[in-house]
Amino acid sequence: MVSYSIVDTGDSRSFPEDHPFLAGSGAEGEVVAYIGAGAISAWQEDLSRTAILVELHTETLGEVTGESRGEEGSNTIGFSRFRVGDGAPSDLVELVRQPHTDPAALEAARMVLEGAGLQVSECFDFAGRILDRLIRPYYNEALAKLDEGLATADDMDLTVKLGLGYPEGPIELLERTGLHHHHDVTQALFEVYGTRHYAPARRARVAKKRAKRGLS
Amino acid sequence: MTTIQTVGVCGAGTMGAGIAIVAARAGYRTVLYDTNAKALDRAKGQTEAFLAKSVERGKLTQAQVDTALAGYKTTDTLDGLAECDIVIEAVFENLAVKQELFGKLNDVCPEHTLFASNTSTLSITQIASGCGREDRVVGMHFCLPAQLMKLVEMSPGLNTSDTSFAAAWAFCEALGQKPVKTKDAPGFILNYFLVPFNNDVIRLIEAGVAEPADIDRAIKAGLGYKMGPCELLDLIGLDTQVLLCDAFYGVTHDPRCAAPPLLHRMVAAGHLGRKSGRGFFSYDTDKMYGA
Ligand SMILES: NC(=O)c1ccc[n+]([C@@H]2O[C@H](COP(=O)([O-])OP(=O)(O)OC[C@H]3O[C@@H](n4cnc5c(N)ncnc54)[C@H](O)[C@@H]3O)[C@@H](O)[C@H]2O)c1
Repeated sequence: MVSYSIVDTGDSRSFPEDHPFLAGSGAEGEVVAYIGAGAISAWQEDLSRTAILVELHTETLGEVTGESRGEEGSNTIGFSRFRVGDGAPSDLVELVRQPHTDPAALEAARMVLEGAGLQVSECFDFAGRILDRLIRPYYNEALAKLDEGLATADDMDLTVKLGLGYPEGPIELLERTGLHHHHDVTQALFEVYGTRHYAPARRARVAKKRAKRGLS
Repeated sequence: MTTIQTVGVCGAGTMGAGIAIVAARAGYRTVLYDTNAKALDRAKGQTEAFLAKSVERGKLTQAQVDTALAGYKTTDTLDGLAECDIVIEAVFENLAVKQELFGKLNDVCPEHTLFASNTSTLSITQIASGCGREDRVVGMHFCLPAQLMKLVEMSPGLNTSDTSFAAAWAFCEALGQKPVKTKDAPGFILNYFLVPFNNDVIRLIEAGVAEPADIDRAIKAGLGYKMGPCELLDLIGLDTQVLLCDAFYGVTHDPRCAAPPLLHRMVAAGHLGRKSGRGFFSYDTDKMYGA
C-alpha cells in the first residue's frame, strides 16, 4: 500500500462525490494529490515525495511543471478521471506523463489509483489526452451530420448502439451531459490543434451561447 | 406494393452467406447465387451448421430449420434468380462489378423485382445508374456477421421511388431486422463515423501519445464500449482498413479518412491483425474471434 495525502482545492471534476480514493487518504504520505479546480495553482514542487499528482481538465502537465528541450519530467504526474460534461465520472483515469517522468512516480500513482478501484491508462502530455482527443471529432461529426440530415438523431444513436455495441449514441450522450460543455472542450482542443475537426460544431456553439444567458 | 416471397442473394462470401441465412430463417424462399461453386458449397455448409446450432441453443425449432432449409437453394447461373421478388447483392466491393450485375439482372428478373445493394462504401445512386430500373434500387447495408446483427442501414438512391423504398423497408422488418434510414452518403452512418475514428486512433499511436493497450482500456472503461478500437482494427484487418480509407478519402477528401502512414507500414510489414497473428496486439492462435 502506498500512503497518500490530498490537497483539496474544491470543485474537483474527477472526485465530485465520496469515493474510496478520497476516503483512503491520510495526513501525510509518500504521494500527494492536488485535486480540484485550483490544483494547478496550488501545486508545489516537492522532490521528497515519491509522486505528486495534479488534477487536469483541459490543461496540460507542461503548464504545471514547465517544459524544456523535450527533456521535461519529474515526480509530478497529471491525472484526470474521465467524464463527459455533467455526466458521472467514469472509472477511468488518464495518467499524464512527460518524456523523463520518474518511473517510480508513475508506478506509485498507478498503485494509489488502482487501489481505489479505478482503471488507469497512461499517456503523454498532449491536449485532450486520449479520450477527448478521440471522441470529440466524432461527436462534432455527429452534430454536423444531424444538421445535414444524414439521418434522424434517433437513427444515428440507434445505429452506433446496434452496429458497434456502444452503450449510448452521440446525440443522446451530448444532450444528457450538456452540449455547451462539448463546446468548451472542443474550443480548447481547436486552439491547440487548429484542425476543423476540433472546431465546436454549430449546435455546440448555439448551446454555449444559450448557456451564457443561463438557458439550457 | 411488391409482395416478397422469394429472395435472391448474390455473392456467397462472408456477407452474402449471412444474409441468405437471415432470409431463409425468416421463412422466405431463398436463392443464393455465386459464380464460384466452392463459395456456394461453403455457404451451404455454414448455413446448415449455423441453423443446427440455433436449434441447440433453443433459438429455432427443428421444424423451423427444416422449413428454412427446404426453401434454401444455391445457383451458379443468373437465371436461377428469375423468380426473385428482391435480389440483395453482396458481391465484390467494386462499382463496375455491381453495375454490370444489376444490368444483367434487369433482363433476368420480373418487372416488380427490387434490387438491394449491401455496399459499404459505394453510392447506391451510382450502383443503380444505367441498370434499367433505377427507381427500384435501394441500399441495404447489413452488419457483420449478418446472421447475428440486427442493424440494417437503408438508403434510397436519388432515383429510388418512395414505394420501392417502403417495400424494402417492410421486407427488412419482416426479416426480423432493425432498419435505420440514412442518406446515400459515403459510409452511411456506421462507417462514416467508424473509419475516421479508427484512423485517429492509429495517428495517436503513431504520434506516441499512448500505447494500443492504454487506448483500448481508456475507451472501454471510460465510455463503456465493448471492444477497444485497436482490438476492433485487428479484427477488421488492417488491410481492409486501408481499402476503406481509400474508398472514403477518394470521395470525401477528408484528411481524417486518409490512411495514416503507420497503417501502411503495418500492412507492408504483414501486421494485418488477427488474420496474420499480429496487428496492434499479438495472437498466438488462428481461431476466429469469438469461436
Ligand atoms: N465484410 C464486411 O464486414 C462487410 C460488411 C458490410 C457490407 N459489406 C459489403 O458486402 C459486400 C461483400 O463483402 P464480403 O466481405 O462478403 O466479400 P467476400 O469477398 O467475402 O464475398 C464476395 C463473394 O461475391 C462473389 N462474387 C464476386 N463477383 C460476383 C459476381 N459478379 N457475381 C456473382 N458472385 C460474385 C465472390 O465469388 C465471393 O464469393 C461488399 O460490397 C462489401 O462492401 C461487407
